[in-house]
Amino acid sequence: MHELALARAIIDTALAHAGEGRVRRVDVTVGALRQVVPNSLAFNFELLARGTPCEGARLAQRVTPARLRCECGHEWELDEPSFRCPRCGSGSARVMGGDELRVESIEVEEDLCTARR
Amino acid sequence: MHRTKVRVAADVLDANDTIARANRADFDEACVRVVNLMSAPGAGKTSLLERVLADGLLRAPGDGDHSTRTPGDADERPGAMADERPGAIRVGVLEGDVQGSLDAERIAALHVPVTQLNTARGFGGECHLDANMVRSALPALALGEMDLLVIENVGNLVCPAEFRVGEDARAMIASVTEGEDKPLKYPLMFRACELVVVNKLDLLAHVDFSVEDFLANLDRVNPGVAHMLVSARTGEGVGAFAEWLAGVARREPLPA
Repeated sequence: MHELALARAIIDTALAHAGEGRVRRVDVTVGALRQVVPNSLAFNFELLARGTPCEGARLAQRVTPARLRCECGHEWELDEPSFRCPRCGSGSARVMGGDELRVESIEVEEDLCTARR
Repeated sequence: MHRTKVRVAADVLDANDTIARANRADFDEACVRVVNLMSAPGAGKTSLLERVLADGLLRAPGDGDHSTRTPGDADERPGAMADERPGAIRVGVLEGDVQGSLDAERIAALHVPVTQLNTARGFGGECHLDANMVRSALPALALGEMDLLVIENVGNLVCPAEFRVGEDARAMIASVTEGEDKPLKYPLMFRACELVVVNKLDLLAHVDFSVEDFLANLDRVNPGVAHMLVSARTGEGVGAFAEWLAGVARREPLPA
């Protein structure tokens, strides 16, 4: 349900980098730990983009798996919310990936005449 | 028409986090420690705060001999000892709600300074507080008159976990009526806090809730996180929560 707020933050981030152009595509990385539902994020993005330079832009989502590394050296991919090391039982495993929520790049379309002015 | 790819590489929540850091700097400057209190709707955030305040476990500004204290005073009085009782903490509350001021009125009835922050714009509103909303409330907060600000977030087990507001510590309240599976369903929230309080202990005999299973689930999601069992209704365990709040309030300013 936080997809609405995240979609708004994605649009704000994209617009801050778009200059005067129209945004045609936004590439985001979304970690599995962020519990984002991709369809819901895309829906909210489309809805909130209306009337902004992001209107009609494609939201390309790359989902990264949750990876943890324990101090015992064990590294594993999380498929359920269980953060204790399955090998040694330690609770201080570090999250190595899967908590990202990043706008990587955007594609901007500009009218060249306007851009030169 | 000309299409260009622009590298951004920015965290989606950067804008929020920047404002959260500005809030934090203002709180630090005023020597105010801040707790972000989160839970599902109806878990008992307000009731627990009421209980803490009504029992005098923390005290309101202007209540007793600390009323004229300003930041730094304690150091300037030769031989003055800092009062280590939790009751010596001057507390203020920022109430976040989608709509209305019912919770703020309950807190105000206890003579505690409270500021209401509504997230609604028209009908329907944000389901969480973000750093900017809290920033907009700063001018209304008498920071000079408090040691601890408790920000009661909007009741929601998802969105508040994503948005820092400039707090020093985050506490979340679960309750025995919600079921012991909640840490597994909302890991984002149960990992986004330094303390988990299990409330409504007085109802334990009437619901199918295994404290043991809940704590095992919590340990899977956030291994080793501090927890306490309380009943805002009977007051059981509330002293420990007040002591935790007082501990946050007493902490030295953290480096920026």
